Amino acid sequence: MIYVVIAFLWAAILLYILLGGADFGAGIIELFTSSKNKQYTRTTMYQAIGPVWEANHMWLIIAIVVLFVGFPEIYTTVSTHLHIPLVIMLFGIIARGTAFTFRNYDAVVDNMQKVYNKIFVYSSFVTPFFLGVIAASAVSGKIDTSAADFGAAYIFSWLNWFSVTVGFFTVAICGYLAAIFIIGETKDDASRIRFIRKAKQMNVAAGILGALVFWVAHSEGIPLNEWLFDSAIGVIALVAALLSLALLWYLLLKKGKVYIIRVLAGFQVTMILLAITLRHYPNIVILKGGKYLSLMEHAGQEKTIYSLGMALLLGSVFILPALFYLIYSFQKNKGQWH
Amino acid sequence: MDDFIAARSQMALSLGFHIVFSCIGMVMPFFMAVAHFYWLRTNDVVYRNITKAWSKGVAIFFATGAVSGTVLSFELGLLWPEFMKHAGPIFGMPFSLEGTAFFIEAIALGFFLYGWGRFNKWFHWFTGVVVGVSGLVSGILVVAANAWMNSPAGFDYVNGQYLNIDPIQAMFNDAWFSQALHMCIAAFVATGFAVAGIHALMILKKKNVRFHMQSFRIAAVFACVAALLQPLSGDISAKDVAKRQPAKLAAMEAHFHTEAAAPLIVGGIPDSKAKEVKYALKLPGMLSFMVHSDFQTPVTGLDKIPEQDQPPVAITHFAFQIMVGLGVLMLLISLCYFVAIWKKKSWLQHKWLLRLFVLATPMGFIAVEAGWTVTEVGRQPWIINGIMRTADAVTPMPGIVYSFYIFTAVYISLSLIVTFLLYRQIKMVDKLYDVSPTA
Repeated sequence: MIYVVIAFLWAAILLYILLGGADFGAGIIELFTSSKNKQYTRTTMYQAIGPVWEANHMWLIIAIVVLFVGFPEIYTTVSTHLHIPLVIMLFGIIARGTAFTFRNYDAVVDNMQKVYNKIFVYSSFVTPFFLGVIAASAVSGKIDTSAADFGAAYIFSWLNWFSVTVGFFTVAICGYLAAIFIIGETKDDASRIRFIRKAKQMNVAAGILGALVFWVAHSEGIPLNEWLFDSAIGVIALVAALLSLALLWYLLLKKGKVYIIRVLAGFQVTMILLAITLRHYPNIVILKGGKYLSLMEHAGQEKTIYSLGMALLLGSVFILPALFYLIYSFQKNKGQWH
Repeated sequence: MDDFIAARSQMALSLGFHIVFSCIGMVMPFFMAVAHFYWLRTNDVVYRNITKAWSKGVAIFFATGAVSGTVLSFELGLLWPEFMKHAGPIFGMPFSLEGTAFFIEAIALGFFLYGWGRFNKWFHWFTGVVVGVSGLVSGILVVAANAWMNSPAGFDYVNGQYLNIDPIQAMFNDAWFSQALHMCIAAFVATGFAVAGIHALMILKKKNVRFHMQSFRIAAVFACVAALLQPLSGDISAKDVAKRQPAKLAAMEAHFHTEAAAPLIVGGIPDSKAKEVKYALKLPGMLSFMVHSDFQTPVTGLDKIPEQDQPPVAITHFAFQIMVGLGVLMLLISLCYFVAIWKKKSWLQHKWLLRLFVLATPMGFIAVEAGWTVTEVGRQPWIINGIMRTADAVTPMPGIVYSFYIFTAVYISLSLIVTFLLYRQIKMVDKLYDVSPTA
């Protein structure tokens, strides 16, 4: 049953990156859109993510519940030493979720809209940035559980170049996913071309930041190269990601089927996550001094894991069909090159 | 303020904020479903407008409740890591199920809010009902987890170790039913009176009277039925608490001395040093009767509880008095309303009845907050009753005070914005919905 639980944890993280990420990306795209096109971008995005955005963010809740029920030591170590970035991320989540809803449900449309928009776009940037920082810090080996002074224990565990670079990389990935997604939601040629350009820009940005991540990792002594290229599966995953990226660019230029482009973008992100997580499996958090927190060794007692697994299986029987039908219903007549 | 008090205050603030939104999120969908049902059945367009107007409120409250709930799931670890390390695997079952219920709620809400004219009308109606039911289930599950902290079960505590964990047994602990029942009814009372009160105010101001009258009726009936049931569930809870947590009951009642024919102490100011309650009304034997159904049986007082295991008496007692007092007031208003419906139809034409409802608008929510204060403060100094002290569970990170200040600022601003949005929604009713001029 432990494998069921781990699979759900991994899937929840992946789906949060893909769906929640595209959702954050919507705000990031808005941030980087010239003011004359902002309103159009906003409306298109809203129509696309309005019905599903609440559901997209549920994956984070699932992941966090799996962690605190099944792997309490991992959850508490991370939340103690990454307290500060977690709190900032939470403020981002609060600001973003409420601003998005408020701007659509304010009965009077006036200058308040500008306030909501500002809050929405900036929190759309800040939240995934800190998600990236947290994820990077968890594997960077910089969390020092025996540190005595405040800075070492609670600040420099996450405030370092590696974590910050990964934060920016995450933002770029979110923007990329959103741009790819939104191409299929546009109604006219001009805006489609604009979003294709956006997707390319975001992709290039992600590429550059990705390279930067390697360089920073190298200079900070984090063996990222080894992690990714040491195992055959890691290499295969990355090669597959690159090949699919090439295919995606080809299809973007050739106006290929929008669904295939979306699947390819999702596939790349999946492969990146797979390559990163697989090398360390079952270790999920790497602490200072080469210590690990492992999904196998730090799992809860057998009965806990069993009932957690059953709850997740039972839950997915209800959630997956309903979610699928929700997405299907609101996508039925879209997703074509019009 | 030291970090421990700051952590407790931040948790109290976050829970106190979240509970308002989750109550509305789990009860309003039922009001909506009734209005929606009338619309589909009668084709009275006012009911469609009510449904739409309410659904906008629900969207605002649901989003705010969802984010504040997300924050809470992190705060458990951010503020109480030592507690979560041990408790997570034991009382996690309701949380894992709640994840599903909450997810379903979010999906159903997507269907409902964006589904007007897209789906079969009864399927659309049904998705609204699903929002309510899954919200209610979420609420019950989360309260079951809280109940475990009051009534720990499903493990053996041996030499500081938590052994033989049984999450199912932990979920169905002794307190889950009485607490969940009390909370569910409270949610209906609080939301019902808040909604009915706002619509009553609009009727008194003679704005869109028909729209507000029909809304008022739906909310008031839910509120009043729930307010009549609540004392029964309160009685179950009190008996239950007396059995499981005598210290909490003693603090609620400011009952310092164990005695036979224990009096029920109404109001008053408890003095923990002198161990007496000043200026209180004492009803002899009533506490014994309420707890043991017998006027003579002794009730455990605080003198039987070691000093270091006693909860703060004054706060618990005041909060309890506020909750019960407001509950009684709302009960009386409900009785008036039912008399008006069944016996004295003329009362419905009078302003005083509506004024009573306007007066009662915040009462339910104040009672809910007071009730949670009773259950949380009354459990102190324990975070897991009798097993782990709250002071031993708090995060080692210093500087929580600043975190508390920032959270306070954020939650105050959010409350202001939500109030502002609600005010605008209500103000715009006649512009957004072409309410018939015959009203």
